[in-house]
Amino acid sequence: MILAEQVKELWANWYFHDAIVAALLTGAVWLAFRLRTREYWRLAFRQVFRRRIVTASFVMLCLYSLVAVLDSVGYHPALRDEQGNARTNPRTGAVVTDENGVSALDVVLTWAKIRGTDETSYSAPLAAAALNLETTVNAQGETVREPPPLKHPGRHLLGTDKIGQDVLYLAVKSIRTGMILGLITTLLAIPLAVLFGVVAGYFGGLTDDVIQHIFTVLASIPNILLIVAFMVVFGQGLPQLSIVLGIASWTGLCRVLRGETMKLRETEYVQASEAAGVSRVRIMARHIMPNLMHIVLITAVLGFSGRVMSETALTYIGIGVGAGTISWGVMINDALGELTRDPVVWWKLFAAFIFMLGLVLPANLFGDALRDALDPRLRTE
Amino acid sequence: MLAYIIRRVAYAFPILFGVNVALFSLFFFVNSPDVMARQNLGEKRVTPEQIENWKREHGYHLPRFFNAGETGWSKLTQTIFWQKSMRLFIFDFGKSDSDNSRIGEAVCRRVPYSLFVTIPIFLIGMAIGLVFAVLAAFYRATYIDAALLVVCVFLMSIPLMLYILAGQYLLAIVLKLTPISGFARPLWIALKFLVLPVIIGVVAEFGSGVRYDRTIFLEEINKDYVRTARAKGLGEVAVLFKHALKNAMIPILTSVVVAVPFLMTGSLLLEKFFGIPGMGNYLIDAIHRQDFAIVRAMVFLGSVLYVGALIAVDVSYTLVDPRVRLK
Repeated sequence: MILAEQVKELWANWYFHDAIVAALLTGAVWLAFRLRTREYWRLAFRQVFRRRIVTASFVMLCLYSLVAVLDSVGYHPALRDEQGNARTNPRTGAVVTDENGVSALDVVLTWAKIRGTDETSYSAPLAAAALNLETTVNAQGETVREPPPLKHPGRHLLGTDKIGQDVLYLAVKSIRTGMILGLITTLLAIPLAVLFGVVAGYFGGLTDDVIQHIFTVLASIPNILLIVAFMVVFGQGLPQLSIVLGIASWTGLCRVLRGETMKLRETEYVQASEAAGVSRVRIMARHIMPNLMHIVLITAVLGFSGRVMSETALTYIGIGVGAGTISWGVMINDALGELTRDPVVWWKLFAAFIFMLGLVLPANLFGDALRDALDPRLRTE
Repeated sequence: MLAYIIRRVAYAFPILFGVNVALFSLFFFVNSPDVMARQNLGEKRVTPEQIENWKREHGYHLPRFFNAGETGWSKLTQTIFWQKSMRLFIFDFGKSDSDNSRIGEAVCRRVPYSLFVTIPIFLIGMAIGLVFAVLAAFYRATYIDAALLVVCVFLMSIPLMLYILAGQYLLAIVLKLTPISGFARPLWIALKFLVLPVIIGVVAEFGSGVRYDRTIFLEEINKDYVRTARAKGLGEVAVLFKHALKNAMIPILTSVVVAVPFLMTGSLLLEKFFGIPGMGNYLIDAIHRQDFAIVRAMVFLGSVLYVGALIAVDVSYTLVDPRVRLK
């Protein structure tokens, strides 16, 4: 196939999944540029990146984000027959394209020979032969019972699973699911929580009562039960799960912020500002919110890892992303049944765990360092 | 104070009513009783009569809000909203959708089993968390503090599921110290079954607990009154445990009391993996059987407990922090 034709096909059938991922990305870049000009944040970030492990964590998070973004952009290739001709719809004559699409990450993984190297069943990491035994007749005409050789021997760094999928491929593809669960929910949760929490805590009285009533109705359903109720009605799936995790996560932060604001309202500097006639909006924006940012940040980052991990449990009890989505939770869930096999099929569990740890641990470390640097009360210089 | 408590309890009713309405719209508008009937009958070809029968049997045949066919108060009470939602307020949970058992009885039977697991985890976890947090604050900015923090962050980055798998494998299969899973009737026999889930629960909570408590302590330690206490010649132990601890208890209380409802609803994963017949297992079974009546009852019960806990938080604020005034 000629390159120009390929480009044309790419242009006609490209996609970018999740406008929210795109919005997040542009938002992050914009925020980074804006914060560069502020002395306070520049100092804070200088302090954050002084420790090597934090810098490493940040690089790791960037790497995961890159994989997630690469996995979000792609195209729907035309389905082809054996001769390589594009299949067309017999009635309309339109080219039939692959519904699932091929992401940029898939292209990279195909090139790295991680994708499209399926076997028929289990095989151990870097093995040359499968796990199961097959009766065959060898060159000498003897009937032997031995594991059949793999189609791609030594190619599977983390082995293959029950239906012969490369485990490394599954683990890498799960990154996008994890990032979406961790980030989209935060995007939903934080602005709501800050707005309602600060306003309720600062104004008190009737405003407090009304806002409290709104968020307490939502918040008084314990998170896990809210998720259960939502998911049994709407069924399993990634969009449903992200939305309900977002709904579930904003109220907790909101209550903490309200409580903190109530305390800050009584501090001398806020009362001095009030006496000096500073407007209430300005007091909230300039004097209260900066003193809450570390709480917002630590909650967001802590929530991030918690939500990524909660997916494993939710999938286990049957209200997760569903079997059609590739995720660490689904992998761990599949692996549970394989642990009782002999020999033990440990690599799927191992791969999911290591890849999840690779996201969650840096997120926690980075969040910690960021908190230490941003909290004015913990600041050392 | 008393007026405040009474007012908060009175507030709880509109909140629970809100929860009720939210639940009702989720289960009876987004999801219709017909769909529920079809899911529960579970057969390929379900006739409209079968659906109608199932709905009549479970009380879903009534109109949602207003029954024009009745007279007087029955116009309001002979409705799904009244029968299925409002009756939750008197803790009448009705019957399960899938096997017609009474939900209230099942809840009463199962709550103690959940408490056997959650209360030890809660108490041991809180005590260990506080001790280590004070320790970290005492040795702040030394290698001990840094090492403890790294351990915490690492422990926090592991999902509960893997703690359970690793715990069962190490303690039950390799070392054979505890049974893998199961439960027995009298409590003293059940103890050996409870050891493993409690250990796992405490270890799984350790990281986040210590880290949270440590943050609070460090905030307190940099405050003026701590400096004053030191200046007056108090030892570090007295400063930490008598002065800082009291003030640190305010935010810690919030996180602790908010966890109270989960003592009753139990830990879903721990109960499932260890075969403990508590509330968590009940809920998981309900999810698998698509038994929405149980899910509704559990959500409402959880909300009632949570609202109660929140009132307790705000009241306890006044007890430990005179700066917080309840108007």
